[in-house]
Amino acid sequence: MQAEEAMSEAPRTMFEKIWERHRVLEREDGQTLLYVDRHLVHEGGAAAFAALRRRGLAPRAPERIFTVPDHYAPTDSRRLDDIRDPRHREMIEQLARNSEEHGIRHFGLGGPEQGIVHVIGPELGLSQPGMLIVCGDSHTSTHGALGALAFGIGSSEVAHVLATQTLWQRKPKTMRITVDGRLGEGVSAKDVILAIIARIGAAGATGHVIEYAGSAIAGLSMEGRLTLCNMSIEAGGRAGMVAPDELAFDYLAGRAYAPEDWEAALARWRALPSDSGAVFDAEVTLDGGAIEPMVTWGNSPEEALPIGGTVPGPEAAADAERRETLARTLDYMGLAPGMALEGLAVDRVFIGSCTNSRIEDLRAAAAVARGRRVAESVEAWVVPGSEAVKRQAEAEGLHEVFRGAGFDWREPGCSMCVGMNGDIARPGSRVASTSNRNFMGRQGPGARTHLVSPAMAAAAAVSGHFTDVRRLLAGGG
Amino acid sequence: MEAFTRLTSAAVPLPRPNIDTDQIIPARFLSRPREVNHGDFLFHDARRVPGTGERDPEFPLNREVFGAARIILAGRNFACGSSRESAVWALFDAGFRCAIAPSFGDIFRTNGMKNGLLPVVLPAEAVAALIGQIEAAPGAEVTVDLRTLEVTFPDGSVHGFEVDPFARHCLLEGLDEIGLTLSLEDEIAAFERRYGRENAR
Repeated sequence: MQAEEAMSEAPRTMFEKIWERHRVLEREDGQTLLYVDRHLVHEGGAAAFAALRRRGLAPRAPERIFTVPDHYAPTDSRRLDDIRDPRHREMIEQLARNSEEHGIRHFGLGGPEQGIVHVIGPELGLSQPGMLIVCGDSHTSTHGALGALAFGIGSSEVAHVLATQTLWQRKPKTMRITVDGRLGEGVSAKDVILAIIARIGAAGATGHVIEYAGSAIAGLSMEGRLTLCNMSIEAGGRAGMVAPDELAFDYLAGRAYAPEDWEAALARWRALPSDSGAVFDAEVTLDGGAIEPMVTWGNSPEEALPIGGTVPGPEAAADAERRETLARTLDYMGLAPGMALEGLAVDRVFIGSCTNSRIEDLRAAAAVARGRRVAESVEAWVVPGSEAVKRQAEAEGLHEVFRGAGFDWREPGCSMCVGMNGDIARPGSRVASTSNRNFMGRQGPGARTHLVSPAMAAAAAVSGHFTDVRRLLAGGG
Repeated sequence: MEAFTRLTSAAVPLPRPNIDTDQIIPARFLSRPREVNHGDFLFHDARRVPGTGERDPEFPLNREVFGAARIILAGRNFACGSSRESAVWALFDAGFRCAIAPSFGDIFRTNGMKNGLLPVVLPAEAVAALIGQIEAAPGAEVTVDLRTLEVTFPDGSVHGFEVDPFARHCLLEGLDEIGLTLSLEDEIAAFERRYGRENAR
């Protein structure tokens, strides 16, 4: 007992506080059984529900589970009957059936709450500080922006959480990434996270939970923090989090699923931020003022450069293996060493995904699109992250800005980020995308993805090529 | 779950970093239930010549000499990205029972341990040496022993590795965790009583 008391007085990180609060038990070998507050499930949960059924089990705590279709949601219609592929339709119907059967709250297609799971969680107030949130989706790290411990799990783990409301975990390490300074004009949270991944690598945070800190992070909006935490997984991180502050509390106040006892919740939340003197296993620092609008050029999110950069050549590769990988990447991407990123022509523009489809993202893109026209050669889409984002954007007239400029204004879902619903780009086409993965074939076989911020994507759409959005914001071009 | 104790097999090298789960199984194959053989989807696009659908004879998985391989060797950050467990199913259904790399995507690593596919982390130099030995003698056998936590290379050298003890126990015995956790009902119920309405809404 004494030892425990001594431990509880040692400065703790926010992660450690949440971890300890959710510990059901810890085995001698360190394996810990954690209690899950919120379990979010999309269509991918089908295999887990089937596994449960095979065992004759039912979800242990249906009131802690929330389901929504997003991956297979069509973006040209809200009607199930309009979905051409019967498999896709079945995935959406199955989720609705499983939810109904088990008494789980389901935000169905065409309903007012539907949207990408990582957009609606925060938006509905389901994601709260101090919670342990899981979802069978790697971008669950998004919810950490509210000061939650949130991470993606596989299908077997989804079944485990459904059956027991708990999850076995080994305590990960912690990494603090501090970004100080003031972000420049035209530089967004997306550029910050791409700069971070470029610095530490796609496996830089493997085995770690990241806490983002520093004045540049504190200065981000809630939407910006969600974007930042969203791509923690692209740095290899298990989860990403930001200390909750007044901005986070204000964001949650009045949301549909905000706590019933608000004052008690606030008191708990205020105690969450890492104690001063808390020790992290790894520390990384970046100068926020030096971050520029970023563009990825390769097939890993770590392959990102400022817009003024040029495609690297073999001299940048450390060894033969990396040279071979680079050659293969450049061949796939249709690039050559030394080419400037600025001026590279694009065929498609996708503004959407759990990374960048929130209202602020659409405002940033609309600010660039306003009074301009999408280039003749470009097909540009805006896919709002949720029905609520869509309503808000339409109330602000953003849809008219986009449509007037020649963008396609579509229905909410994951869409071209992952292409599961059939929203894909043709082989060889070059896509400026606000999503999170530039993997080979991610947006369709042979499609060439470049990750950018919403403002940079809009700038590429109206220019017909990648360009420095700061020039457009200054009134040029 | 199929238990894993010890395996001796040829190993197929994919010496590239950051091979993501979208490459291992493209998204358009994810709407199939587990009962479907996912082996046909393994590296579906990566192993084909773009545009033609023909199998690329140069892609290691297509080489006859590796036809019986049950071990896959890869560069750092293997199976990063999406949490899709079907990436493990595709490897498993194609006959693979072990993957060796300098590092893995965290979620894939967990998914593998729960599905009879053992992820083994070895230092980058060791993986490079192993790939070198395989390339010098394609089809040479590697032994992976989960009981002794050792990999034996074709040259006879022995390399230790670490696995989470709990997951190792489950994999050695072929146990799945749900049954085990359900037996802890009393502890979970006690936690819920302590926890009360906190974070219930």
